[in-house]
Amino acid sequence: MFLIPCPYCGERDQSEFAYAYQAHVHRPKDPDRLTDKEWADFVFIRDNPKGVFAERWIHAAGCRRYFNLMRNTATDEILAVYRIDEPQPKVEPALPATPSGEAPIGSGNDAVKVVKPAERGS
Amino acid sequence: MSGYRLSDGGLTDRGTTLRFSFDGTAMSGHSGDTIASALLANGVRIVGRSFKYHRPRGLWGAWVEDPNGIVDVAWNGRTTPNLRATTEPLINGQEVRSVNAAPTAAGDRWRKLDLVSRFLPAGFYYKTFMWPRWERYEPRIRALAGLGRLDPGHEPAADCAQVNARCDLLVVGAGPAGLAAARAAAARGETVLLVDDQDAPGGALRWRGGTIAGSDWRDWAEDAVSTIKAAGGRVLFRTTAYGVYDHGLVCAWRRREAGPDQLWRIRPGRTLLAAGAIERPLTFADNDRPGVMSADAALRYLRLYAVVAGRRIAVATNNDAAYPVAAALAQAGADVSVLDSRDDSLAMAECALAVERNTLPSAALGQEDLTGVLAGDLRLEADTLLVSGGWTPTIHLWRHAGGGLRYDERLAAFLPEGGMPAMRVAGAANGAFGLAAALADGHAAGGDDGPAPPVGEGHASYAIRPAWPDPAGSGRAWIDQQSDVTVKDVALAAREGFRSVEHLKRYTTLGMATDQGKTSNMAGLAAMASITGRAIPEVGTTTFRPPYVPVPLPVIAGRRRGQLFNPPKRLELEGRHREAVAGLREYGGWLRPSWYGADGAAAIDAEARAARRAVGLLDASPLGKIEVIGPDAAALLDFECYNRVSTLKVGRARYVLMLTEAGIVYDDGVVMRLAEDRFIVSCSSAHVAGVRMRLEEWRQDRFDPARVFIHDATAHWATIAATGPKSRDLLEATLPALPRQALDLAHMAVTETALDDAPLRIARVSFTGERSYELSVPQSAAAALWDRLTAGLATLGGCRLGLEALLILRAEKGYPIIGKDTDGLTMPHDLGMTGPMKKREDEFAGRRALFTPQARGADRRQLVGLAVDESAEPLPTGAHGYAPSGGRRRSIGYVTSSYLSPELGRPIALALIENGRERLGERIPLVHLDATFEAMVTSPVAYDPAGMRLDA
Ligand SMILES: [Zn+2]
Repeated sequence: MFLIPCPYCGERDQSEFAYAYQAHVHRPKDPDRLTDKEWADFVFIRDNPKGVFAERWIHAAGCRRYFNLMRNTATDEILAVYRIDEPQPKVEPALPATPSGEAPIGSGNDAVKVVKPAERGS
Repeated sequence: MSGYRLSDGGLTDRGTTLRFSFDGTAMSGHSGDTIASALLANGVRIVGRSFKYHRPRGLWGAWVEDPNGIVDVAWNGRTTPNLRATTEPLINGQEVRSVNAAPTAAGDRWRKLDLVSRFLPAGFYYKTFMWPRWERYEPRIRALAGLGRLDPGHEPAADCAQVNARCDLLVVGAGPAGLAAARAAAARGETVLLVDDQDAPGGALRWRGGTIAGSDWRDWAEDAVSTIKAAGGRVLFRTTAYGVYDHGLVCAWRRREAGPDQLWRIRPGRTLLAAGAIERPLTFADNDRPGVMSADAALRYLRLYAVVAGRRIAVATNNDAAYPVAAALAQAGADVSVLDSRDDSLAMAECALAVERNTLPSAALGQEDLTGVLAGDLRLEADTLLVSGGWTPTIHLWRHAGGGLRYDERLAAFLPEGGMPAMRVAGAANGAFGLAAALADGHAAGGDDGPAPPVGEGHASYAIRPAWPDPAGSGRAWIDQQSDVTVKDVALAAREGFRSVEHLKRYTTLGMATDQGKTSNMAGLAAMASITGRAIPEVGTTTFRPPYVPVPLPVIAGRRRGQLFNPPKRLELEGRHREAVAGLREYGGWLRPSWYGADGAAAIDAEARAARRAVGLLDASPLGKIEVIGPDAAALLDFECYNRVSTLKVGRARYVLMLTEAGIVYDDGVVMRLAEDRFIVSCSSAHVAGVRMRLEEWRQDRFDPARVFIHDATAHWATIAATGPKSRDLLEATLPALPRQALDLAHMAVTETALDDAPLRIARVSFTGERSYELSVPQSAAAALWDRLTAGLATLGGCRLGLEALLILRAEKGYPIIGKDTDGLTMPHDLGMTGPMKKREDEFAGRRALFTPQARGADRRQLVGLAVDESAEPLPTGAHGYAPSGGRRRSIGYVTSSYLSPELGRPIALALIENGRERLGERIPLVHLDATFEAMVTSPVAYDPAGMRLDA
């Protein structure tokens, strides 16, 4: 159960919130100019990164306002919370990238690919 | 020979005698005993049979680490399976049964199975019972290899409270380190929550003893507890912090002596883990014999329960911590000898007993019970062999939280590595073994820079020489007693390529039993390291996952069971409906009347007829009443709805669809315009929350939130619908004060007036095809209005209308229920609503998707009616229409609603049929569960196609 800092109400339990969708997916201004595929991409295609993800939530059982938060999907660490009219902040995710992979000892699960700082962007 | 209780000592209440039985034999114990300590005191050696080989097993541990003492306990007429004898308090009248053994643990009829054990290696079942189908073998194998049996009559009460707590510092473990840390933090003014799974403070001090700050440890511990409480903190005993979850949430299971258990959900500022360490076994041939026991457990049984594990005791160790155990048992009268893998140590030098140096057991002797110990050439007679293979720090919660580990060669243990802002580890869990080290570590972790409380003499430092499993050893040496995994199984896994510790675990089931490998995981990975020529840290540990101990499901479920599992919304008028003998069922999350009267079928029929002939009165309160207010309200609703809303005149209502961005019909409803800048969205009752969220989304994302406001007043207003040709008469007769113009309201018109000083909104909206009035009043006025209206029903030949009759009435009219008569592919034109997509040029949600090739395809499934012979049964809902296709049937759609129409005297059905409107008049075959049918495709409107009755 997450502890989510609503930008309007402060820290509240996840049970008060509902996940909405990926943040910063803007509805096309003029959908008629889009090809069918472009429209389908807008409707259906979303990112699914392991790592930092900007997502929109609503404080459904609270102030009922939408807001964006940035979460490390590998660790569920919440890195930033901001209003929907604010630009996406720059955040540096605190490594480790996964709860099971960060320690030199820990999980023997070889299947987990751990992204080390040096490997990023390559 | 076996265990016995001393004539005095221990912490049990000898004044109370508790009667219980084990495998049918009457025994007794004392208040304060666990089932395990009572069994040991009664001389029981074999407490169960092993999971796979049915080998005899005795108690190995004294607390959560024990792999063998799994029992079914009947008490008060109910049996709880798979309780752990070592942690379960003894209660008067318990009937304790061993598991996986019949008729008794000692006389198990499968005990000879072990003789064929070499044919049952790891993975045996997977390899052998593949052909032809595993399911054919599974039931018998499960019966042979299993744990306790469920008692179908035992449904635990849903009475476990869930407690939310916050604190500055959560301390897990009330041993010396935890107490020192909690005490130091409390002294600095922090609010501390201290939890411990035992029923008193002290941790290992309770059986190892000690002098702290110049006096008995109990005085210091008592003082620490008072300091915590004085600073506003809490101390919870019998409470196991079993898992760390998202964002530092710690869950704890609290057992209470009186009253149901509790689940504590703790959000600490910081957590200090001081959970101590667990003694490891030694690995040698037949090391699972009853009578082989953890040395520390033996001391615990002695000090807490005054139970001596045996009379002739050998103690085998590779570290110093077993020496106080040997000394204590010797003092208690046992004949004790010591084997030590090392040549020398401080504790060995101080030991008054005979010590066999450089020696460890190579085999346990005896069949069902231990008779001696073999150590190389040395043969020792013993009824009990206490072993200590070193200590494994209890760092589970640290790993749950994502903390790192390092391998410490000196202590031969994995220790916490690196920092986490929200958690620290102290004491034995942090490798600070020995009282002085643990106290100092905890004291500093609690935030006190000053000197830690001094300890008395006689607490030797901890020294160990690792003794890991020997893959070359002869005989069968057990690593995981509960899962029946031997060193040879680990070697087999390595040979077959399961070298990763995670694969090893899954292939052999090592560490997968209910004890979660507390005593076996280290030995298992050390064996794998040795077999594959790797260092222990290279092999690594498996992932630590909650819960640390098995937690009863009722504790996790709490009160969310039965009706509270998913509580329905309740109508203000529920009491009135019950008085009228309503059959209540859940519809879209609301508990609503299905019909009125004892005979459901007859009532539905009569209600449907009455609504067509006279008047029916429906409690329609769950209908959505979302107010959209402000200068941009019309624009927002234009975007939300498929149908244009801004052209609606004040005082009028319009039926609308709402689409997803994929163009799929999400919901339907009626939008009413009460003023230029004030609308009510009356969406379907099951979709209110979803529509509200959509409106909020558009409002906050696309509009100026200061210019349009959403207020969901659904729960504030009751709505009572009068429907039928005599609905107007009913209003006129029972509400004489109603203004004329309200009665004369046109179809799809709405007005606001008042009744008895309460606001009243009247809308001419029909879900039956008959003249209808929807009357909405604040909930406080609902009962009075309902009473007045119902009082006029009888005179007019009307009646109360339940949901089932309403469903028939709307189906006769071809009105779809979104989500029932539509599916995830249905677009508005599939329902015949093509106007807006042809005419509207402004943007609305889902518009673009209506113009894709898929949306315009000729093979879309469209809503139609299906007619069958008058004498036929109604079609089964879900029956598929089909077209023959190469000797097979290709589905062309399915029946979505099907009823026997009382008014028409024949079955009616709605269906989504491929290209259905082109097929009007066509007879199509249908199939359902091997039965076939035939029906004619018709218009969905079976009754009053011209709509003449709306103003009848
Ligand atoms: Zn909020």
